[in-house]
Amino acid sequence: MGNVPCAVKQCLSYQQLLREHLWIGDSVAGALEPAQESAQLSGFPEYVKIVEVGPRDGLQNEKVIVPTDIKIEFINQLSQTGLSVIEVTSFVSSRWIPQVAAGATEVSVFGAASESFSKKNINCSIEESMKKFEEVVKSARHMNIPARGYVSCALGCPYEGNITIQKVTEVSKRLYGMGCYEISLGDTIGVGTPGSMKKMLESVMKEIPPRALAVHCHDTYGQALANILTALQMGINVVDSAVSGLGGCPYAKGASGNVATEDLIYMLNGLGVNTGVNLYKVMEAGDFICKAVNKTTNSKVAQASFSA
Amino acid sequence: MATVRKALPRRLVGLATLRAVSTSSVGTLPKRVKIVEVGPRDGLQNEKNIVPTPVKIKLIDMLSEAGLPVVEATSFVSPKWVPQMADHAEVLKGIQKFPGINYPVLTPNFKGFQAAVAAGAKEVAIFGAASELFTKKNINCSIDESLQRFDEILKAARAASISVRGYVSCVLGCPYEGKISPAKVAEVTKKLYSMGCYEISLGDTIGVGTPGAMKDMLSAVLHEVPVTALAVHCHDTYGQALANNLTALQMGVSVVDSSVAGLGGCPYAQGASGNLATEDLVYMLTGLGIQTGVNLQKLLEAGAFICQALNRRTNSKVAQATCKL
Repeated sequence: MGNVPCAVKQCLSYQQLLREHLWIGDSVAGALEPAQESAQLSGFPEYVKIVEVGPRDGLQNEKVIVPTDIKIEFINQLSQTGLSVIEVTSFVSSRWIPQVAAGATEVSVFGAASESFSKKNINCSIEESMKKFEEVVKSARHMNIPARGYVSCALGCPYEGNITIQKVTEVSKRLYGMGCYEISLGDTIGVGTPGSMKKMLESVMKEIPPRALAVHCHDTYGQALANILTALQMGINVVDSAVSGLGGCPYAKGASGNVATEDLIYMLNGLGVNTGVNLYKVMEAGDFICKAVNKTTNSKVAQASFSA
Repeated sequence: MATVRKALPRRLVGLATLRAVSTSSVGTLPKRVKIVEVGPRDGLQNEKNIVPTPVKIKLIDMLSEAGLPVVEATSFVSPKWVPQMADHAEVLKGIQKFPGINYPVLTPNFKGFQAAVAAGAKEVAIFGAASELFTKKNINCSIDESLQRFDEILKAARAASISVRGYVSCVLGCPYEGKISPAKVAEVTKKLYSMGCYEISLGDTIGVGTPGAMKDMLSAVLHEVPVTALAVHCHDTYGQALANNLTALQMGVSVVDSSVAGLGGCPYAQGASGNLATEDLVYMLTGLGIQTGVNLQKLLEAGAFICQALNRRTNSKVAQATCKL
């Protein structure tokens, strides 16, 4: 950037500019508005389903206990944005996770590609956890409740370090085989980079069709969007994210966690990929929850769009 | 996720998990990327607090020790416009000039160029823009007029065997004009290249670009200028920088600008971030198996140093994840 005289700061209100200028509707240059035509670029899916995990994964990792009525209002606001999947609950012992309440219309089971992580997290081996999940998924399916499988540590583990792609593939295949309709591959500590993402997906996609896969990238090392881009280029079209990038990383104090839904939508809009989600409404929901938990947003789009 | 447990030392986890992946498995990515570190100039220029000269010099020396091949040291601009860069001559004279490392300086006009040469500059940088309105607001003339003014610098630089790097601002969007056509970017880039710039850095000045826009813009520019003469300078204002850089790499670009600790906000969006953090870029490139010559640990130290001096938090996620708070 060149030298910027102070006078420049008195230019048109930036917000006004972004809203009113022509290019905002253009899927190529401006990405605050959704793609107007299906001018979507080659090599990317036409539509991406965003799985919003803010109310669960996000709030779970926030220190402040969020009152139930705030949670409800937050989820209601998210429901108005066009997001088709909002993860609102999880079955865990309330002793561990004070945030979470019971109840769900969909079941999620959390596997891991790391034995150490599995032991530390749920106090059993991968094999033992799979047996437990089989029962849960079986009952769920019996009641016509869909089950989503998660594989933690798909690109690295806070205890073991490197995780082999064979292990990730094995665990994913097991979850898919027992009846999970979708497997979300999680870069739990955000250490992955586009190279490791590609290698891992190549291996998993030999066993599971891409339409049954999702990626859940953490932004702890700033790599999330680049990793998600790579996944999209490989045919994945379901991405998990959290509004405002809620939720830090329990393994790296002070570090960030989830990728911000706003930043993800911004990228997808710019790529001409349909999401069905209204970015402005998501930003409003993000603003609401950040004020409620008294923290600044982790979304760069939100930071750039709301005046400080 | 459970509560925090004893894990591998945090500092090591991310670094240890950086498996170099062979580049052949990720398509046509370059084997080596030259990182142009713009923190001391572009970064500090946009920081409110004036940084004392010895601190600037120490920062640049630490960046040199981290192995960065190019460190943009300062700007020979009038202190009236940019008080932060008032000590340009002392900085350039005071830094250690490591062999094999380039220290370009900005020269917005011929007077600045002369001062830079007098202070020992071996490489200078000039700024064009792909937007007429931006050029008018910034330096009060048209794009063509601005390029004519630089002609004088380029002639003198050629005579003195001084390399000139060109910058093009607003390549993916302008805070005044909005949309910028890839054809315009290609036109300005081509002009700078034919005038004698050995490398042109394409800047997403307000960070609005996304991978599709990057691809379209580069496709247009590559019709006019060889990829070996191109660099990208992505701002992270909307969090898109790394994704945009990855796209540029996939198209053969092998020079990327970034700023240690992600120094430098955005003057067009109050409170927003600006430059991409060099640490986060190095992390991605290392994970891709791409050589940079940069020692991430030393880079993190340089980032920690300047953030402490500026009394601000780093913008680098890698730094946030690895430092003990």
